[in-house]
Amino acid sequence: MKYLTLAAGLIGASAAWAETPELTVYTYDSFVTDWGPGPAIEKGFEAQCGCDLKFVGMGDGAALLARLKLEGARSDADIVLGLDASLVAAAKETELFAPSDLQADYDLPITWEDDVFVPYDWGYFAFVHGTDLTAPTDFKTLAESDLKIVIQDPRSSTPGLGLLMWVKAAYGDEATDIWAGLSDNIVTVTKGWSEAYGLFLEDEADMVLSYTTSPAYHLIAEEDDSKTAALFDEGHYMQIEVAGKLAGSDQPELADQFLQYLVSDAAQSVLPTTNWMYPAVTPEGGLPEGFEGMIQPGKALLVPNAQVPALREEALNEWLTALSR
Amino acid sequence: MAHRAVALSDRTGVFAAALVAVAILAALVAVFMAADVAAGLGAADWAAVRFTVTQAIWSAGLSVLLAVPVARALARRRFWGRGALITLLGAPFILPVIVAVLGLLTVFGRSGVLNQFGAALGLPPVSIYGLHGVVLAHVFFNLPLATRLLLQGWQSLPSERFRLAGQLQLTPRALFLALEWPMLRQVLPGVAALIFVICLTSFAVALTLGGGPRATTIELAIFQAFRFDFDLGRAALLSVVQLALAGTAAVAALWLIPPISLGGGLDRPLRRWDARGGAQRALDGAVILLATLFLVLPLGAVVLRGLTGIGQLPPSVWQATLNSVVVAGLSVLVLAVLALPMAGWIATRRRGGVEAIGLMGLAASPLMIGTGWFILINPVLDPARLSLPVTALVNAMMALPFVLRILVPRMRETLQDYGPLTETLGMRGWALWRLLILPRLRPQLGFAAGLTGALSVGDLGVIALFADQERATLPLQMYRLMGAYRMEAAAGAALLLLVLALAVFFICDKWGRWHADA
Repeated sequence: MKYLTLAAGLIGASAAWAETPELTVYTYDSFVTDWGPGPAIEKGFEAQCGCDLKFVGMGDGAALLARLKLEGARSDADIVLGLDASLVAAAKETELFAPSDLQADYDLPITWEDDVFVPYDWGYFAFVHGTDLTAPTDFKTLAESDLKIVIQDPRSSTPGLGLLMWVKAAYGDEATDIWAGLSDNIVTVTKGWSEAYGLFLEDEADMVLSYTTSPAYHLIAEEDDSKTAALFDEGHYMQIEVAGKLAGSDQPELADQFLQYLVSDAAQSVLPTTNWMYPAVTPEGGLPEGFEGMIQPGKALLVPNAQVPALREEALNEWLTALSR
Repeated sequence: MAHRAVALSDRTGVFAAALVAVAILAALVAVFMAADVAAGLGAADWAAVRFTVTQAIWSAGLSVLLAVPVARALARRRFWGRGALITLLGAPFILPVIVAVLGLLTVFGRSGVLNQFGAALGLPPVSIYGLHGVVLAHVFFNLPLATRLLLQGWQSLPSERFRLAGQLQLTPRALFLALEWPMLRQVLPGVAALIFVICLTSFAVALTLGGGPRATTIELAIFQAFRFDFDLGRAALLSVVQLALAGTAAVAALWLIPPISLGGGLDRPLRRWDARGGAQRALDGAVILLATLFLVLPLGAVVLRGLTGIGQLPPSVWQATLNSVVVAGLSVLVLAVLALPMAGWIATRRRGGVEAIGLMGLAASPLMIGTGWFILINPVLDPARLSLPVTALVNAMMALPFVLRILVPRMRETLQDYGPLTETLGMRGWALWRLLILPRLRPQLGFAAGLTGALSVGDLGVIALFADQERATLPLQMYRLMGAYRMEAAAGAALLLLVLALAVFFICDKWGRWHADA
């Protein structure tokens, strides 16, 4: 025990002696991979802040919030990056976040008004599949088909939660029947987006829940046009990804500076071709070539932030019940 | 015979047993206090209970059913490599679960060897996720265990009976009914019960191969309540359910479970006069070949894939490897300090009922104990800081029942044989341990330490609850690589983990046998 205390003390002390201040950002796994936005953003921000920016991957978006609740005020994190609009109300309830007065000229499909969270990119959820497949055009046809899909767990992953809201927003009280119909199509439910997309790429399923912009990755980064997203008649649910500053941060100024950087042209021009989402503020050069070919949903669905928690609980119970049969 | 043949103090043994009991009971009390009983169990929780029982029944049933022909074939045949094959049957005991899962995915996954073969024949692809994947992995682990235990049953049949059966020229069927079936009827329920209990508390397999709400075990549900919702009340409630289920099953199975032996004598086949026909030979050969392939292919896949992946290991893997070695060392140490005095205490009693304390470790699942301690530690200290010591401790407790079964018989024998002599010499206390018990028990100690160390190196359980990004063990780091779909790097880590677990086991076991008196 003594040895542990000593070790902890030494680690703590060495951090305090360090010359450059450190900004710790908790985020989801795919953000910090070599091919994700993490490295470019770290380089860009460190060039101007005189600090050490540390990204820590913590599973997927919703698991991030659970992790924060677990760590509570003890957390080392200064910033959490990777929650989405569906989680904003739940995140505020924890009272772990500090308000931000940041203003930016957002190009979001909706007006963003929130005193805590800063949106940095957005997209539409969609099922991605190979172009050799004749894709269903709505959830009912998908449920009737033999197609195998991989989805994410709504309790740990923001796309999973998005799908829950999507079905609920499109079908309301019928949502249970849709899930019951889908249950034999679901190969597995993964904890995060990375696992699900990986399974799809390894041919473990015909379709995967991802984004309308995911095919752009294959097109631009791999020059592979064999992937596309299915356009659903019910409309597509929107995801707005956000970052927030923690009240317990020991670097509040740096944290503000980082949020400002996140909506700057430098960061926003990196996101489309690393996070494969639409930027929250369209950069000067516009969208990269290839994005114009992505499917355009006829109808955008979004449940207002404040209504999500109550609806989530109801929808989650329906989902658990339908899928555990 | 005097009640006490040796001056072995009870105090340390009782103290060690009390420590174990307190460690488990403290977790239990914490869990009961925190359990959110008012919330009750939802439909999904009941589904988890049902799935836990269903998969355990399937796993136990299939393992035992398949083990019968394999054990029978092994009992009837003598061939080159038979000894090596039987040693291999012991390997899954110390094989890290997550390594095996990766191997099974490579062979049985949708893009795995088997499905490619099936696709060539025009068969539809089979998915490994869900109930059948979980059962497949459990059979992979428990078929060898069941085979070994059944082989012990066959070995216990007197060879004279086989000679007699040979003279009477009994057909294989008649011999089965006359000799083998009565033996199996005695042994099978115990073997099945043991596997059933082991599978009830399965976590790592369900975590990796279970798919969504339909394939969630209670252990996994505890983890999800923790990690997805950070709902301690719910995690605690599920822990109570787990304890009730696994505890009842463990107690019920206690009198059915056969003793776990070192496997001595299994390499000595009985002389057999029956089953000499060509069809019987071919059948046995096919059974042995299939079982060997089932065990060897996934492991071979891990080694092959791992060799290409070992160059891509990120630095975090090496840090995790170091952590794993520390955890394994700690748990061996803790175990030695707890198990030896307990074994001494148990061995001086007339009946081994005290072993029940060790069995508490089997009934109380790792995630339940982990949840309890998390609740206890959380208000005082960041639990992540204690993730490694807590993991080591829980690993030691999990190994305790096995280790007691290894140590106690030899301890009892030693104390009986040398008791009067030590009494005459007035040898007691530390001298007794140093001069008599430790040297005599060295082979068993080495084996037990190897088992505990290997189990601990490969364990993916409590660490998943406690760890943060910086404090991971090798299995957890490997799981994270799999999650990020860095399959090559994950395979490299798997190979490393496999080598590490085997090395820990062999080093400890060799130490035990080196210059051993036995």
